[in-house]
Amino acid sequence: MRNLIPKHLEGDPKILKKGHGSLSAVDRTAKALGWFSIGLGLAEMLAPRAVTRTLGMESAGMNATVRAFGAREIAAGVLTLSTEKKVGLWSRVLGDGLDVAVLATGLDRFNPQRRNVKVALATVLGITALDLATASALSARSARPRQLRDYSKRSGFPHGVTKTGARQFRPTAQHMH
Amino acid sequence: MKALVWHGKEDIRYDTVSDPEIQNPRDAIIKVTSCAICGSDLHLFHNFIPAMLPGDIMGHEMMGEVVEVGSGMDGRLKKGDRIVVPFTITCGECEQCKRGNYSVCERTNRKKDFADKVFGHTTAGLFGYTHLTGGYPGGQAEYLRVPFADTTHVKVPENLSDEQVLFLGDIFPTGWQAAEQCDIQETDTVAIWGCGPVGQMAIRSAILLGAKQVVAIDCLPERLSMAEAAGAITINFQDDSVIDRLDELTDGKGPEKCIDATGTESHVSFAQPDTIYDRAKQLMALESDRPHVLREMIYVCRPAGIISIPGVYGGLIDKVPIGVAMNKGLTLRMGQTHVRRWTDDLLKRINDGEIDPSFVITHTAKLSDGPEMYNVFRDKRDSCIKVVLKP
Repeated sequence: MRNLIPKHLEGDPKILKKGHGSLSAVDRTAKALGWFSIGLGLAEMLAPRAVTRTLGMESAGMNATVRAFGAREIAAGVLTLSTEKKVGLWSRVLGDGLDVAVLATGLDRFNPQRRNVKVALATVLGITALDLATASALSARSARPRQLRDYSKRSGFPHGVTKTGARQFRPTAQHMH
Repeated sequence: MKALVWHGKEDIRYDTVSDPEIQNPRDAIIKVTSCAICGSDLHLFHNFIPAMLPGDIMGHEMMGEVVEVGSGMDGRLKKGDRIVVPFTITCGECEQCKRGNYSVCERTNRKKDFADKVFGHTTAGLFGYTHLTGGYPGGQAEYLRVPFADTTHVKVPENLSDEQVLFLGDIFPTGWQAAEQCDIQETDTVAIWGCGPVGQMAIRSAILLGAKQVVAIDCLPERLSMAEAAGAITINFQDDSVIDRLDELTDGKGPEKCIDATGTESHVSFAQPDTIYDRAKQLMALESDRPHVLREMIYVCRPAGIISIPGVYGGLIDKVPIGVAMNKGLTLRMGQTHVRRWTDDLLKRINDGEIDPSFVITHTAKLSDGPEMYNVFRDKRDSCIKVVLKP
């Protein structure tokens, strides 16, 4: 796009100093969680075997489960990076619940990688807390107020309605100069 | 000077930028006294309209005092004049301007080549509205360079406040044009989807133009209450079926005239499953706009009726029943507003006390509060319908 800007536009205002903006800390956290979700999802989709091996959870069907979870993470990440970030984050919270449920099955005392599972569980629980806090903050921000302002007297017609109809438009000399 | 600058999706900042300068003989610089956030600014805020670049100054609803003019004004504009700036920049000399089709002026888009490639043929330059329409810096700033200022201005008298005349630059003529292009007859029912600022202006315009009944459709009670204040019958689409109610109100025949004052970002809800479909396609970049309102209008409109589209669309839409429109013989009219075509008449109506567009202002804030006001407007917090900013 940059090369589409012709030379003669160079006199337009340029930024001298950046000021405060519309993105809040919650928006930035949501954005970070969205990218994290996509990154994790890609890892799960592309290397499910590495994930199951690290967790010692290599039972039949587990690779497919990890891949499915990866697809879910990517979908949630895309939503979280969109204007529907509230939906994206709540879907992440639900997904976190699924992750915890599946990881819990790896706490079997015969699992040689039990320690890794514990670390993964602690990480997921920490991220769940962050997802929950961010989703709640976004929901509160856009919640409908209980008390609405009264606009019932804003007719816009100071002297009542006069149906005057259209006046035919003709370009006038004044319009053209 | 200070200005509200676009840096990316949902990222508007209150930056310090260099002052604008006269670049051409027909330029003027104004000191902005009032500007507003438009519903279509939210499309840019959400990055739904392509070709914004980081560093672009926002805003296309503004007015102020002329502080400097170029050498080519021929006395048509002078220092000290108080003007409203139409959002469509017009040369006044090309074939389209001479026909009054100001929003498709052939000469003011300084990125004509780019627009020719995308649109087939260029349209007018617009303030603060992407590089497809010239990439001109917008008016949410302390100062603004107005290109082709000798033809791109509306002089306003001192007896009218900023709040009364500011909307001559966009939303009032936009609502008016939407109603005008419906060819309203006194027996007509005009249904208007979306009761944001343009919808509110369209409601009042349809009433002034003599519609038998005006039906306003939205889901926000505060907007519906403002529509009712003007005399519109309202439908909350979360409580009622729009199609059933419109049929009830028109003896089963449907409204003769339908206005889409919603545009690209129609409300997404499980109650309207096609909006979920559209949103999913948008997320996958398979569709750029959500045309739920278009579908509903085409379906419910009376055969041989008129569909008027002032709402902004950005690109490609899907599953619009063109076959239904064709078989019903509907007329579709749309376009950016030919602002100068309407402003003489509308200014007179304001001056005569026929209408006072300031009714729509619900929030006034300092320019420095602009970034937060974008969030307030987006989230409809505090019953927000229209924000005016004071630099």
